[in-house]
Amino acid sequence: MLSLELLFIPLLASLLLLFANEKAAKPLALLFSIVEAIFTIYAYQVFQQNGSEAFEFQMPWVNKPQINLHFGIDGISLLMVVLTNLLIPFIILSGFQRTTKRVATFYALLSFMHFALLGVFMALDGFVYYIFWELALIPIYFMAFNWGDENSAKVTLKFFIYTLAGSLLMLFGFIYLYMGTPNHSLDWSILSTQHTCSCNQTWLFWLFFIAFAIKIPIIPFHTWQPDTYQSAPTQGTMLLSGIMLKMGTYSLLRWLLPIFPAGMHEWQPVVITLSVIGIVYASVIAIMQRDLKKLFAYSSIAHVGLIAAGTFTLSFEGMQGALVQMLAHGINVVGLFFCADIILNRKGSLQLHQLGCIRIQSPWFAAFFLVIVLGAIALPLTNGFVGEFMLLYSLFKYNMWLGAVAGTTIILGAVYMLKMYQEVMLGDQVEQSEPMEGLHWNEKVVLIGIVALIFILGIFPSIVTNLTQPAVNQLLKLI
Amino acid sequence: MNPITNPESTTNWYLFLSCLLFSIGVMGVLFRKNALIILMCIELMLNAVNLLLVSFSAYSGNTDGQTFVFFIMVVAAAEVAVGLALMVSIYRNIGSIDIQSLNKLKW
Amino acid sequence: MNNTMNLLTMITPAMMIPIFPLLGFLILSLFGKKLGLMSGWIASMAILGSFLCSINLFIGLEGDQQLNFSIFNWINSGDLQIEFGFLIDQLSLIMLLVVTGIGFLIHLYSIGYMHHDEGFTRFFSYLNLFVFFMLLLVMGNNYAVMFIGWEGVGLCSYLLIGFWFKNPDYNNAAKKAFIMNRIGDLGFLIGIFALIFHFGTLDFIDVQNQLTGFESNAPILVFITLMLFIGATGKSAQLPLYTWLPDAMAGPTPVSALIHAATMVTAGIYMICRSNLLFALAPYTLHIILIVGVATSLFAAIIGIKQNDIKKVLAYSTVSQLGLMFAAIGLGAFESSLFHVMTHAFFKALLFLGAGSVIHAMGGEQDIRKMGGLSKSIKITFVTFLIATLAISGIFPFAGFFSKDEILAKAFEHNLLAWALLSISSMITAFYMFRLLFLVFYGQFRGTEQQAKHLHESPISMTFPLMVLAILSAFGGFFGLPAVFDSTHQLNVFLAPIFNASKLVTTEVHALSHSQEWMLMGIATFAALMSIFFAFSLYIKKQQLPENDADLTGFSKIVANKFYVDEFYHKVFVNPIMIISDLLLVLVDKLIIDMVVNLTAIIVDALGRLYRLIQTGSTGFYLIAMVLSMVIVMFIQIIL
Repeated sequence: MLSLELLFIPLLASLLLLFANEKAAKPLALLFSIVEAIFTIYAYQVFQQNGSEAFEFQMPWVNKPQINLHFGIDGISLLMVVLTNLLIPFIILSGFQRTTKRVATFYALLSFMHFALLGVFMALDGFVYYIFWELALIPIYFMAFNWGDENSAKVTLKFFIYTLAGSLLMLFGFIYLYMGTPNHSLDWSILSTQHTCSCNQTWLFWLFFIAFAIKIPIIPFHTWQPDTYQSAPTQGTMLLSGIMLKMGTYSLLRWLLPIFPAGMHEWQPVVITLSVIGIVYASVIAIMQRDLKKLFAYSSIAHVGLIAAGTFTLSFEGMQGALVQMLAHGINVVGLFFCADIILNRKGSLQLHQLGCIRIQSPWFAAFFLVIVLGAIALPLTNGFVGEFMLLYSLFKYNMWLGAVAGTTIILGAVYMLKMYQEVMLGDQVEQSEPMEGLHWNEKVVLIGIVALIFILGIFPSIVTNLTQPAVNQLLKLI
Repeated sequence: MNPITNPESTTNWYLFLSCLLFSIGVMGVLFRKNALIILMCIELMLNAVNLLLVSFSAYSGNTDGQTFVFFIMVVAAAEVAVGLALMVSIYRNIGSIDIQSLNKLKW
Repeated sequence: MNNTMNLLTMITPAMMIPIFPLLGFLILSLFGKKLGLMSGWIASMAILGSFLCSINLFIGLEGDQQLNFSIFNWINSGDLQIEFGFLIDQLSLIMLLVVTGIGFLIHLYSIGYMHHDEGFTRFFSYLNLFVFFMLLLVMGNNYAVMFIGWEGVGLCSYLLIGFWFKNPDYNNAAKKAFIMNRIGDLGFLIGIFALIFHFGTLDFIDVQNQLTGFESNAPILVFITLMLFIGATGKSAQLPLYTWLPDAMAGPTPVSALIHAATMVTAGIYMICRSNLLFALAPYTLHIILIVGVATSLFAAIIGIKQNDIKKVLAYSTVSQLGLMFAAIGLGAFESSLFHVMTHAFFKALLFLGAGSVIHAMGGEQDIRKMGGLSKSIKITFVTFLIATLAISGIFPFAGFFSKDEILAKAFEHNLLAWALLSISSMITAFYMFRLLFLVFYGQFRGTEQQAKHLHESPISMTFPLMVLAILSAFGGFFGLPAVFDSTHQLNVFLAPIFNASKLVTTEVHALSHSQEWMLMGIATFAALMSIFFAFSLYIKKQQLPENDADLTGFSKIVANKFYVDEFYHKVFVNPIMIISDLLLVLVDKLIIDMVVNLTAIIVDALGRLYRLIQTGSTGFYLIAMVLSMVIVMFIQIIL
């Protein structure tokens, strides 16, 4: 039952926000997200004591086709719920000093997105899951479309159609599975135990994989991403990169792996190779990016490529590493985009060559930014390292050479991130640039929060590994 | 047997008439340029169908067909009202109801 | 029982060693602005605290006792069970003393040196952070904790090289150092993975215990050691990854002394000594290390001859000396290498600090062509610098003589060619060091009038560390007297528990006789004296000055330009990657992949354009089309 309560707080927030006064909208959204975050902590406690049973909820919804409203939380889901509910208050808070048109609508959409994301992470019925998967796309479309920059119309249309096409493939897959299961059901527990024959899995795998690969995104399904990140409003980009990407990687673990174990094994080498190529490819491209948001977008592709590769090694370390890295990447990428937003707001540009010498003007901001950058380039004791360490190890175990090639990400990551940091923050051409306003209280709170999370997760990754251990073990038993 | 008095052959005549009326309607729709006449031709086609329905109804002794005819007549009356209103509106706007001048609706 | 109790009481001081600098870093970075000049003293005291704790441990641990404890479980997932724990044994004790001791002296020195800098507190907070990570590196009880320190010191090196971040050249140097190190780190990381995969643990002791079952030159051992060695080449600036170290001289001089001479760059040697049994079981790798070490030593020494920046000369000398240490490892003489690490830390730190004092006196000038005759105006600096120069040149009885002689003797035992090349390298070292000394301290002053007036000896906070280090450079060698002096090699005895196991597996070559050793010492001293005399005749007798860069020709031009290695790397690695990056973006991303995506949209669009032509707008045409299609449908119905 707890899962339902977790789910409906954001929905309630979104409905209230629709009718809220423009001034009250931001505090109201923040209030609800904090309530949700506190509730998540409570849920975490309950989970520690009672395990996942406290979260089971099942109710028949539609008779024919047979659809149950089935929600549940295990260690993996809880991790994603924690990630979502931790980041959303930061994302809301990050916009506190920004003037946005139609604030109430914007935050209503954001809260609705929150609701849909949680639904994706909790749904245990294929159909319900699909509904939430599509539902998550709608608010972000409008956010990017209405509040984005001048290119947003074209870019968001591409993004929308691209992801929708992927989802359509998944819908076909689900319908096929529904017809195929003996008692016509899309319930996760049935799909994950009664597998279709491996001849079907071979092609059904791709229907689902492409849907997830577009969302993650894995090369070559990524071209919607840099443009969308660039033109969406920063809060939308944070949602997209911090949480929505994780829908894809989460779904790999939750749906693809248990439903198609044979397909997983069959296509494992292809997908891993694809992901590893993607890591190097995106890292190399990131080196020469001239726009801050685009650079982060390509670096994000490299990072999630590693997550996907690790997941597909089907090893314990790979999967746990993927989970740790999902959390870490979510935190880091939100931090990076937030820094980009601060810079954009102060300097009016995100072009590297127009920026510089921010460090002189704002040393504290420079320090925070550096820590986040270090997290992104996986320095030990930051969150990025543990995940990458585990993922690279799993890849190394799978194939030494692939592990070594993927390992170049730690070199290339340092190259593009430090190059970026140098061009944006260092130097002394103060007279050429606009003055840098100091950090506002809300920006400080967000930055301190993110930096704290980076260190906590880097020093005590066992919080995550202990939480997810039973769930990952169960997953490995299914294949 | 007399083809006139034979109920089957009587029905045949009605069928022929109905086809004839329908074809006249079609030809009118295809070849006349005046929208009003086209509308009248459509009415003619409709009535041809009505005739067909009535004659089949009489032939089979089932009144369903005749009930339909009443429905069609009611609908046709409403349709004529709308159609004529459109004609008047078009005439007021462009001063003609020649369909050749109604070619704005293209790419 | 008593013993274990004794060990338990030592956990607290052991824990305090890294905590002091960490606290120092936190205090300085959080309250730095309010502290002002106090921050220098706070930072120094933090390191002094660590130093005292290290001494406490040094006294407390007897014989082969070691302190091995875990603090918390860092990573636990499947194969990866990694504890965050510390191991204090004789090897880490030596390094602890060197790091905290020299670290303290350099902190003290920096109070004077950085006095006028606007980033005074920032400098000390970085230094403390560096010491913290260096201590993690040294104290870690497994490779993962060592890797934390390994990367952490890389970060601090990045921060400190780019300390004056307003200068783009310095920033480039910092970035280069970090990236070059990262290349090595990838090797280290792969080595770590292979270790976990094959041994199931990263713990130093556990790995060592499992090694007994392995044959010499087992492929997996060779692979692991090669990977670890790649890591070491990055951090310890060996061929081919050495180019970052000379550039790293962009940082403030105390940083060069602490990080880029005494401590961080020796981390590679420490790591190999830590895993000495592993390396001893892989003679193939040792052979490669020997080749790389000798080559680096010679190569860097040659470049050193033609450098005119006082710090660059010392930087290349550091690379060369590190090469010598690696050569020692390659010969299987781990303890000799460590001995040289120690003495090198003394005299190279002293050289850098002395150079800093010179630069301080010259008001920031680093070009030795613009110095000269400084011996009169800065006496203490001159004397201490002279001692260090004698030590590095290997003149009896200064510290460098003993450690260098030990390595050369080992080389003579194993490999005559290596011995010859290393001897040449030592000769060159003596030559360029005395060239530096003569050009800076003798002859006429060649700077500007203003500089001449500005010349002054540094404050006591700077000269005190110089004097302490001078004493250590002069007498540090007596920790390891060779056998011919009929006394015990104290360092070797102290380190015996660490290296005993690897001694058993390395091929024993019969020890040199005393007469041979005397002969070697004689040759080495004679060669050094020859070089010094040569330098003397060139730069004192003939009063020669290095040519201007434009006048250089032929081989000397190539040497002065460091064999164009940087340019070569730039052409072969950096530029292609940048070109490939652009190509991938434009050609693959935009043209191919995005084109396929957009093509679907384009096709739909084109079909729409085509079909709309049917929409003529003529009502008559629509009617005919409608009727015709109805007729066609009916015909189809009838036919089928």
